[in-house]
Amino acid sequence: MIAQHFEYSAPSTLQEALQLLADGTAKVLAGGMSLIPMMKLRLAAPEHLVDLGRVADLKTLSESSGEIRIGAMATHYDLESSPLLRQRCPLLAEAAGHIGDMQVRNMGTIGGSVSHADPAADYPASLLALGAQVRLVHAGGERTLSLEDFLVDTFTTAAEPGEMIREIIVPVEEPGTGVNYQKMVQPASGFAIVGVAARLRKANGKISLARVGVTGLASRPFRATAVETRLEESAGTEDDIRQAVALIANGVEANTDIHASANYRKQMAQVYAARALRAALAGAL
Amino acid sequence: MATLLAPQTTGKLVGKRIRRREDPRLITGTATYVDDIQKPGMHHACIVRSPYAAAKIKGIDARAALALPGVAAVFTGKDVTGVGPVPCGASLPGLRVPHHHILAQDRVYFAGHPVAVVVATDRYIAGDALDLIEVDYEELPAVADPEKALAPGAPAVHPEWPDNTAFTYHQEGGDVNQAFADAEVIVKQRITSQRLIPTAMETRGVVAEWQPGDKALTVYSSSQIPHLLRSLLAGMLGLPENRLRVVVPEVGGGFGSKLNVYAEEALMGFVAMKIGKPVKWIESRRENFLCTIHGRGHVDYYEIAARKDGTILGLKLKLIQDLGAYHQLLTPVIPTLSVLMMPGLYRFKNILADIVGVFTNCVPTDAYRGAGRPEATHGIERMVDMLAAELKMDPAEIRLKNFPRPDEFPFATATGLSYDSGDYEAPLKKALELVDYPKLRQEQADARQQGRLMGIGLSTYGEVSAFGPSPATPAGGWESATVKIDPAGKVTVLTGASPHGQGQETSFAQITADELGVDIDDVIVLHGDTAIVQYGIGTFGSRATAVGGPAVYFAIQKLKEKIHKFGVLLLESDDVTLINGSCICNRSGKSVSLAQIAAASYRALKLPPGEEPGLQVTYFWEPPNFTFPFGAHIAVTEIDRETGQVNILRYVAVDDCGNMINPLLVDGQVHGGVAQGMGQALYEQAVYDDNGQLLSGELMDYAIPKATMMPWIESAHTVTPSPVNPLGVKGVGEAGTIGASPALVNSVVDALSPLGVRHIDMPMLPEKIWKLLQPGGQA
Repeated sequence: MIAQHFEYSAPSTLQEALQLLADGTAKVLAGGMSLIPMMKLRLAAPEHLVDLGRVADLKTLSESSGEIRIGAMATHYDLESSPLLRQRCPLLAEAAGHIGDMQVRNMGTIGGSVSHADPAADYPASLLALGAQVRLVHAGGERTLSLEDFLVDTFTTAAEPGEMIREIIVPVEEPGTGVNYQKMVQPASGFAIVGVAARLRKANGKISLARVGVTGLASRPFRATAVETRLEESAGTEDDIRQAVALIANGVEANTDIHASANYRKQMAQVYAARALRAALAGAL
Repeated sequence: MATLLAPQTTGKLVGKRIRRREDPRLITGTATYVDDIQKPGMHHACIVRSPYAAAKIKGIDARAALALPGVAAVFTGKDVTGVGPVPCGASLPGLRVPHHHILAQDRVYFAGHPVAVVVATDRYIAGDALDLIEVDYEELPAVADPEKALAPGAPAVHPEWPDNTAFTYHQEGGDVNQAFADAEVIVKQRITSQRLIPTAMETRGVVAEWQPGDKALTVYSSSQIPHLLRSLLAGMLGLPENRLRVVVPEVGGGFGSKLNVYAEEALMGFVAMKIGKPVKWIESRRENFLCTIHGRGHVDYYEIAARKDGTILGLKLKLIQDLGAYHQLLTPVIPTLSVLMMPGLYRFKNILADIVGVFTNCVPTDAYRGAGRPEATHGIERMVDMLAAELKMDPAEIRLKNFPRPDEFPFATATGLSYDSGDYEAPLKKALELVDYPKLRQEQADARQQGRLMGIGLSTYGEVSAFGPSPATPAGGWESATVKIDPAGKVTVLTGASPHGQGQETSFAQITADELGVDIDDVIVLHGDTAIVQYGIGTFGSRATAVGGPAVYFAIQKLKEKIHKFGVLLLESDDVTLINGSCICNRSGKSVSLAQIAAASYRALKLPPGEEPGLQVTYFWEPPNFTFPFGAHIAVTEIDRETGQVNILRYVAVDDCGNMINPLLVDGQVHGGVAQGMGQALYEQAVYDDNGQLLSGELMDYAIPKATMMPWIESAHTVTPSPVNPLGVKGVGEAGTIGASPALVNSVVDALSPLGVRHIDMPMLPEKIWKLLQPGGQA
């Protein structure tokens, strides 16, 4: 990698890291799966990199009070293989297994991915469907935002200079919830052309809760609330699913590139949403 | 004497699946690539490249770069006018050859065109300095599409040739007008073969070192052709060739992209001579995509004429070749190879072909795995399938009907080739058996009943390989070998071929061990260093084994004669046989080992009459003909109706490359070849926008197949030895690539045929197929 000159720090404690980040000129290195290629192409030229790889307590996954807290530096493989997540929040473990390839999953982290805010990243679909929260820290304190509020636009988040993600918080999945993530893979990059995460709960023969997160389709991942509303209180028949997914791209300005046109992306969002919903429904008790 | 020269230990190793002797160093990371080379005082170069596809250079300001500590020099176009142009090895009549300076002069012709070079004490400083060089461009209109470039009023790539036409080429065989007049059915189709980016895992790289005391230059380069590179570089740099040494260390893939002489190779030589320090340039992946040759780039208009019974009568082709902005080494030659192979494996004798070579504001095209033959095979195999569909014939039946019979070989083609040997039914029948074709067609019928889109695609491919007889090649088509036995009896083979992943360090050792009757571990095979190896041609066009192998074989035969003479001398008997690495006196039973003979040959106390000391023979083998491998591939696919995605259910490859020295290497070549053919069929395309900007400019946007995307390849073989060489080998480096793309496209078209689809151009991206699946969808 022939990047421009930069300083490199590898603090071993969070406090040290926050001090280094405090003046807002340094950039966090959290796996480097996107930042390093951008630096290689000199599209990014940070003056100072603060590598969080040696900050031990940023990698932990733990459960307390109905929530699972995932350290920002947990790798995609950590999530994919976590017995805790597999049992208590299987959607996120499943989504993690769809990311890139094995090498990327061994290096890339959830905090790095969410901070990068790539509009085609895998996590946000599931995290939005889960109602995830983002706990941000800076030298002077901390705050917690919903992911919805954290993701502003393509490669743009609500994080202020000096702030970094400390952990991602998701609720423990209620037993009986059916979950699924379906993704059309862009074959060069491994990112999603479209990806749809679905969570469904049933009660009394009807869908009592529907959550649908969509990535790849627009400039930022989003929750397809129209789809959710159409499904909730419905019996979840094939007709219901078909009518619901038809709403997924309403009012959405879809991405277009050499891999897929806007129209095709919209159509595929419906297809993959239907697949995710059917699978989630089959898993819902 | 006859028995003396027969192989002493036939079949001991040749034909066995020996693991590659190259692999330990490769898989333990101890191989030396260009970027691993370090020299004392070595400087590093980065190249300023045009961001525009067409522009005038109004000025270059390098002052800020030169002021950066560590920057040694900046050179621009005006500094290098004494260096010869990047060579074009083609000599077609009337060919327009733009002067290809190693750095742009007052104008750039494609995005990525080298404009200046900056040299610094380390690579990072060179990279920073690059950003400080200001080039004042005046952007000009560009054209990136060859058909648009031919349209009246298109921007002229080279102002002196406003029609953007570099050459036209016409070839006829038989009487094509009569064939079309006699035809009962004529099928026409426009077929494209998109631009591809070769994407060798190792990008290009050069280290150049000038020894002023000796006035000698050493150039390390990631190349497929060390000696040709030396000859051509010497000419460009004005050096006597004996003072230029080219070293090709480990090469991480070429696929034709390193069968070339590039501006950067001469530029690094120039820089090293100017600054008096060794200099290294390593191509970035982005540069590799922008500036290393691309492959394919065809728009083909085909017409095929036939009788109602499926007998093919003739074929017409108008071939529009996207050349890019310049001719690299073989750029204009590649489409002529397509014409040579346009009849494929079929008997018809009437062809007509017209090539238009078109300049575009893109990086030049040139040889990429298959080089002209995949395009030809794709064309004829698509046309034969379309003809079968038109006549409602089975695609296997129409092929079997049009093959020449085995007793018709050598078979003279309409394009002037003589196919060496062939039994074209054999691989097709074997492939049909492997898939249980009648049952598979029944499964397809059942699937269609259920509304599923299942397809079965055949391709029966042929290729011209083992380039080739010298009169038919631009630079000589022989290959060389030196076989030498050191005083302790160990064997060194120097091959003029330059293997870079194909495994000849293994297969040539197998040949040598068998022929000399020695242990394979007593044989090493060296290549790639012009100071060590006698002049050679290189590795490309499926030639290393089929031309380089016989050179090794014949060198050994001569060496064995000498060994035998020493055996006669040492055993003091004229009834001596060389067997299993020893000479044995048939009367006394006494023997002398190869080591004893070698020692005696160098000690030279006594010599056989008229013989020199030592055991070393060099042989240059001139092949009497090309070879013509062939085979049959079958792809079974199913289309996802909702998404248009292609799922490969089965892939069967039956290849006939003549005798196989090492079937494990053959399978590896087939697997890699199929992967690249599949890449073209399904994923890969170099996409330029109308302004000549490469949109698929990174691996994030250019999809090469990864291991997880590959189907299981069921590989099998038939063996029809080649009579062209004593080993009976034909070559297999490109077979998989040539066979795969038509098998896959034919399969997908077959799957979609109930919807009236008759053709799809590559790559068969899901969206393209999805559109066909929509009501009123158009191919």
